[in-house]
Amino acid sequence: MSAVLTAVGRAAAGVWWYLREVSGETAYDRYVEHCRRHDAEARVLSRREFERRRQDERDRSPQQRCC
Amino acid sequence: MVDTVRTETTPPRRRPPLRSIVIWSLVAAVGAIAWGVVALTRGEEISALWLLAAALGSYAIAYRFYARFIARRVLKVDDTRATPAETLRNDTDYQPTDRRVLFGHHFAAIAGAGPLVGPVLAAQMGYLPGTIWIVVGVIFAGAVQDMIVLFFSMRRNGKSLGQMAREEIGVVGGVAALIGVFTIMIILLAVLALVVVNALAHSAWGTFSIAMTIPIALFMGFYLRSLRPGRVIETSIIGVALLLLAIIGGGWVQDSSWADTFTLSPETLVLALVIYGFVASVLPVWMLLAPRDYLSTFMKIGTIALLAVGLLLARPVLQNEAITDFASRGDGPVFAGSLFPFVFITIACGALSGFHALIASGTTPKLIEKESQVRMIGYGGMLMESFVAISALIAASVIDPGLYYAMNAPAGFLGDSLESASQAVAGLGFSITPDQLAAAAASVEESTLVARTGGAPTLAVGMSQIFSDGFGAGGQAFWYHFAIMFEALFILTTVDAGTRVGRFMLQDTLGNVWKPMRDVSWKPGLWLTSAIVVAAWGYFLYAGVTDPLGGINQLFPLFGIANQLLAAIALTVATTILIKSGRLKWAWVTGIPLAWDAAVTLTASWQKVFSDDPTLGFFAQRERFSDALANGEVLPPARSLDDMRQVVTNSTVDGVLAAFFALLVVVIIADATRVCIKALRNPSAVTSTEAPHVRSNLVAPSGLIPTRAERELMAAAARGDRDGHG
Repeated sequence: MSAVLTAVGRAAAGVWWYLREVSGETAYDRYVEHCRRHDAEARVLSRREFERRRQDERDRSPQQRCC
Repeated sequence: MVDTVRTETTPPRRRPPLRSIVIWSLVAAVGAIAWGVVALTRGEEISALWLLAAALGSYAIAYRFYARFIARRVLKVDDTRATPAETLRNDTDYQPTDRRVLFGHHFAAIAGAGPLVGPVLAAQMGYLPGTIWIVVGVIFAGAVQDMIVLFFSMRRNGKSLGQMAREEIGVVGGVAALIGVFTIMIILLAVLALVVVNALAHSAWGTFSIAMTIPIALFMGFYLRSLRPGRVIETSIIGVALLLLAIIGGGWVQDSSWADTFTLSPETLVLALVIYGFVASVLPVWMLLAPRDYLSTFMKIGTIALLAVGLLLARPVLQNEAITDFASRGDGPVFAGSLFPFVFITIACGALSGFHALIASGTTPKLIEKESQVRMIGYGGMLMESFVAISALIAASVIDPGLYYAMNAPAGFLGDSLESASQAVAGLGFSITPDQLAAAAASVEESTLVARTGGAPTLAVGMSQIFSDGFGAGGQAFWYHFAIMFEALFILTTVDAGTRVGRFMLQDTLGNVWKPMRDVSWKPGLWLTSAIVVAAWGYFLYAGVTDPLGGINQLFPLFGIANQLLAAIALTVATTILIKSGRLKWAWVTGIPLAWDAAVTLTASWQKVFSDDPTLGFFAQRERFSDALANGEVLPPARSLDDMRQVVTNSTVDGVLAAFFALLVVVIIADATRVCIKALRNPSAVTSTEAPHVRSNLVAPSGLIPTRAERELMAAAARGDRDGHG
């Protein structure tokens, strides 16, 4: 029983990881990590600032959607 | 040497283990038996699951053997070589992305309405020709194109198809490719918008649900921007819940006093779409486009998964014939022309799509971690798209054929009443009574299903049957409108995004002539170019909606030809690169699909331009109607002299476009041939356009499931990382 529960739990965690990655929710975490790695002193944007900047970037680089 | 690290030397050949031989022999046997059943069953009913088994078995074999052969022998993928995501990493455009995540992004970008609509229309020829082409075409042409273009773009730091055409072939090829991409996009947007208009016209339910997506998206945009920045999943869940509410609400609206407000004529819908397209393309992305994109991606993936499960549960039986008489006679009501070349033109995206070359040379190559992953993402992504096309073909083939033709023949052919439609269908050799037509419309709570062309309503009827059978009886009306919503939603997302991409292309091109245009945020330039793009597709959309002969059967072939010609351009570029990089002996890998695709599209364009048959050839049609017009006659299905004039104008425009597309491709192929011959005569003069080899420090698996050797390497790299950072 507990083996089944563990398997279900792992599958659910996998789905959650995938959804967060695909939807770009983890972009901010990666950005923070990126900043820390390169320069521990640098000012790190808040999540709000970061997401705004990321959204506004899309204004300049359109993404094609296919037929 | 371990499996993942591959250098330019040929890998040592090992005998495959017995287990793998047994498994793959079984897969091959299942696929072969399924194909046998599909191909040889005549006159008795056949389960749709055989089609699925044939397709899935073939995909597995192709992915395991052919895609691997292309990756190793033809492209010589080299995982010691850093990809642009690694060398140019800036954590925005260039960023090594997990292969499974990138697969999701790539698939979401390539999958659209094309593989859903095309196979539905192609069901006119029976289920067999469509099935064969969707499977064979994807294995030898579509998936090959996607994978190879992705690889070549990746080796060139993510250059676009247009840039590669320019570099490899020359200015003529480059300019022709640019013009081709732009015009093809306009036709694409018009045809997709036409599908939406045909699905929503005179339907208060559908129109209300789709209209509600605008406030829902605006709310999501505001929520993501101000309330909870970056929380995409939670925003999307709220959005999808509101969307389902909007579908249910549509049913209430239809029965209420608001019904008239949302019952719109096709012409009004065109106006609404044009205004919407303009506004959406000038508004900031965060407000409308980005949230819509999340919504439509979730709906798309969810519905496709639902359809696959529904098919397994419902196990429907195909009602369509294997091959109809229209295939050889070429006089089908849905679209004119015989099996060769028109079944290939009509299916388009599900088997081979030129548009994918734009995605494969767009964002995807900048995000890929390892060269060997082009197989999973490029080839695998396209196999999945083909699976969607097969599902759509099945959904169209489980409907009663009488209903299929009553829905898909042009309005002018079917007449104004259920009785006339029933008689017209009988004239085609199928039968459906007026009562059955009325019952079919009532079961999905639509006023009528007669002449609901465009593919979307037919697919929705098929899906609603599968869903209501598979998930317990009832709810057919809900599932019908769910399916309509799902298609309309991502067609509109394509229209938004496409208009914006077209605007950028135009701004860039005009910027060469007049500097200020180049600034993409300069408002007057932005409005002007958006207006031009919207007006261009709006024109074809309006012409299609008001076409007395039926817009879809006039415009869809043009869209198919355009898309297949774009594929010809992509395959030409790929073949040229193979030859120029000294791989003449492998040039057949893209050369054969190119030859086939060129034969199909040029034959189709030839027939569309030069055929004497007025239902097929645009100029023959023009002549027939303009002669009659000169005598003051009105030829059915036209009803007035104005209708007659309109037919003349439309067939002229369409004919000129078909000729123009063909000419464009002939120019590109001729120019590429010249370049290839030059390169073959003097190989030493060819300079490589690849980015230089940089050693990769990344460790990542090639395929979906890491091999044992890959796991060991990743574990070692993780240990090294920890040690390195103290």
